Amino acid sequence: MSPRYPHRRPVGEMAPDVETFAFTPENLEKAREIIARYPEGRQASAVLPLLHLAQAQHGGWLPRAALDHVADLLGMPRIQVYEVGTFYDMFNLEPVGRIQVRVCTTTPCWLCGSDEVLRACRDVLGIEPGESTPDGRFFLREFECLGACANAPVMWIDDDYYEDLDYERARRVLEAIARGERPRPGPQSGRRASEPAGGKTTLLFADGEE
Amino acid sequence: MPKVTIDGKEYEVPAGITVFQACELAGIEIPHFCYHPRLNIAGNCRMCLVEVEKSPKPVASCAMPVMDGMVIRTDTPMVHKARRGVLEFLLINHPLDCPICDQGGECDLQDLTLFYGPDHSRYRENKRAVADKYLGPLISTHMTRCIHCTRCIRFLTEVAGVPELGGVHRGEHMEITNYIERALTSELQGNIIDLCPVGALNSKPYEYRARSWELRKTESVDVMDAVGANIRVDSRGNEVMRILPRLHEEVNEEWISDRSRFACDGLKYRRLDVPMVRRQGRLEEADWREAFRAIRDRLAGLSGDRIAFVVGDLACCESMLLVRELAARLECPHLDCRQLGEKLSGRVRAEYLFNTTIAGIERADLCLLVGTNPRWEAPLVNARIRKAWRLAGLEVARIGCPFDLTYPVEHLGDSPTVLEAVAEGRHPFARRLEAAERPMLVLGAGAVARPDGAAILHLAHRIAERYGLVREDWNGFNLLHLAAARVGGLELGLVPGEGGRDLAGILEGAARGEIEALFLLGADEIDLDRLADAFVVYLGTHGDRAAPRADVILPGAAYTEKNATWVNTEGRPQRGRLAVFPPGEAREDWKILRALSEALDRTVPLDTVAQVRARMAEVAPTLSMVDAVEPAEWGPFGEPGPVSDAPFVSPVRDFYLTNPITRASPTMRRCSREILHGEAPPEEEVALSHG
Ligand code: SF4
Ligand code: FES
Ligand code: FES
Repeated sequence: MSPRYPHRRPVGEMAPDVETFAFTPENLEKAREIIARYPEGRQASAVLPLLHLAQAQHGGWLPRAALDHVADLLGMPRIQVYEVGTFYDMFNLEPVGRIQVRVCTTTPCWLCGSDEVLRACRDVLGIEPGESTPDGRFFLREFECLGACANAPVMWIDDDYYEDLDYERARRVLEAIARGERPRPGPQSGRRASEPAGGKTTLLFADGEE
Repeated sequence: MPKVTIDGKEYEVPAGITVFQACELAGIEIPHFCYHPRLNIAGNCRMCLVEVEKSPKPVASCAMPVMDGMVIRTDTPMVHKARRGVLEFLLINHPLDCPICDQGGECDLQDLTLFYGPDHSRYRENKRAVADKYLGPLISTHMTRCIHCTRCIRFLTEVAGVPELGGVHRGEHMEITNYIERALTSELQGNIIDLCPVGALNSKPYEYRARSWELRKTESVDVMDAVGANIRVDSRGNEVMRILPRLHEEVNEEWISDRSRFACDGLKYRRLDVPMVRRQGRLEEADWREAFRAIRDRLAGLSGDRIAFVVGDLACCESMLLVRELAARLECPHLDCRQLGEKLSGRVRAEYLFNTTIAGIERADLCLLVGTNPRWEAPLVNARIRKAWRLAGLEVARIGCPFDLTYPVEHLGDSPTVLEAVAEGRHPFARRLEAAERPMLVLGAGAVARPDGAAILHLAHRIAERYGLVREDWNGFNLLHLAAARVGGLELGLVPGEGGRDLAGILEGAARGEIEALFLLGADEIDLDRLADAFVVYLGTHGDRAAPRADVILPGAAYTEKNATWVNTEGRPQRGRLAVFPPGEAREDWKILRALSEALDRTVPLDTVAQVRARMAEVAPTLSMVDAVEPAEWGPFGEPGPVSDAPFVSPVRDFYLTNPITRASPTMRRCSREILHGEAPPEEEVALSHG
């Protein structure tokens, strides 16, 4: 067991499989819609969106019963859905806190100070990466490159990216979320999207105006 | 055909093959782990690297198609360095536990490292450790040894059609598992033990019990079903330690079913190893002389009409020939080798053979299964059908026996009335048969063992004629037997003679006291309750169902304990060989019958195996053509008559428990409980598997 992944228990010792899982009627409707996007005979392509749907329905994690449900719905061998579910870090196969805080610690983010972001998380949430808060609200973990390196360091909370972080900014974001607010996603430095940090230097009008 | 140069020599090779295969054709061995000729290419172990001109990097030969003009080198410093590098990487996380590893001595990693690998390790860090998995009663795991070749996954997914193993997690954390810590359910799963190039997957019953180099290897044939899979019996001293498949492209390729592989521990238990005679109601040990005397006394003055012989599922041709000869000398017309009650006359060979042949399945384009569950009745025939479906698009339909056969099957209905409709052209499936180029029909032995079996046989015959299943170059009519003994028995004519009774008649006769003495040659599956007061002589190997009812027990030899002939469902005679000696007083069956005939003053004058086989060849010339399938003459068979609408039922109700050997096998019994009847796995073993 790698200490990098303390949330991962040994295979086979998973969350209780007494759980049963089925999509709610609304989600089943959505699932059908998703499946219909793929050509006949290629339904298995819907496995990722369906797992996300199931995870959302089940409070942020997937019990084995949910993997089985998705497999059966798609007519896939169950083991193949287990393979998918364990392959992607976006799927949690263990009960975790509802609000999922993932801090990118891959090289670009790390160079730009992801250690500080993590420190802010520890301070605000009081937990280590891989842990959930005792009240079950937050789950904190490290993540590999989130694909937004231009705005490093980056933190991904539920469906939103918070970028251009440092200790203070990360702290503010987390505290706001803890109060139940939804801080404005995107760069926290004030710049727009991934424009150069020091202001635009190219693609300007002749007079230097944007 | 593309021309390639391999190690300086030019070769012309078939288009579309891989560099690996081209080297093989050129007689050059390329070390490999993940490549397997019967599995899809994975290309993930990198052991097969070779140098190809104009390619800056070494090339994985198993995944690279040959191209015209390719210049391939397999013996350059770059190739050697690449191989050494790959092995060094593989060994980084591979434990150094060869001395206690079951694979030791027959391990690809060990062998290839010896030939191509580095001689020491530069790795100082900790090795990765992986928790073992629980995969059931047959396969034990040591997952730290796994090199992630994925052969096991591919076999179960592709060949067995039961995709239960997979690779979970990713990269450094990848683990091979079924994820659920329950027994695998494929009836072919044992083959992944052979496929695993390292000691990650081992045989659980054989684990830690022997080293491969101390085993005596005897090439033989399997008798657990009528396929006649070629096997190797590995023994130490007088004990069969394990059974492995042997390559036979026409029969079993390189696979065997779990019953064939794992039932061998049943050879050690419940064995009949001394003759026994019933005295004052109790079976007591006796010597051969006493046993024969008891039989002679009881048979004294009995006319042949009051004696009967029934032959069981595992009998060899040699012993069945002796039964035939002895019955003739006793003037006894009541003999039957059709223990299941099959309504096969044995007069036309095509009636009782799998005429298409097993390999021939791959040429068929439409297959109709009637009253059979091939997955349990003959797993390797089923695997062949699956292969034909997978690689050649064989379409399969069936009547009766709904069961997951691991490939798509169109279910036409459950009863013989559907068959009738097809035979009369009233069923839409008739059009498909008409259109098919090489259609085949597989009739289960159970389907012809029903009361209306002869009529069903006749319907199948009609279908064969009506839809051109039988032509000059193609015979699509097949009978799928369950028992290794059956075709041999039919070839030798072990069916009732003039005025003779068949199995049902014999049982009826025994119940009414008209049959007073009954010889059972390993016949354990008959309805013993109907034997009433008949004097029963049981010649067999196990204290199974019939032995307790016997009045005299003659201990015989099991299939691993004699040199003998069996004929598979295709009509292919094959020789099994003695690997170990029969236990205690037990003797080869034909010798027992020979001695008995003398004790009864009805001597069968055959004194050596050679003489027995010469006589066999007189009675049934095909039996002398070892390993050949003599195409059968077509002719009329079956009897027209009404068929009932009772659904077809496969006679195999429990795959793991079908004969006296399997029923004596602790491994097979556990498989039955755990895999078929949902018993929870033993907790200690599951806990242990977490390492
Ligand atoms: S268990 Fe054996 S066969 Fe399966 S992937 Fe590992 S090394 Fe290959
Ligand atoms: S490294 Fe953090 S987003 Fe790419
Ligand atoms: S044998 Fe070619 S990559 Fe494994």
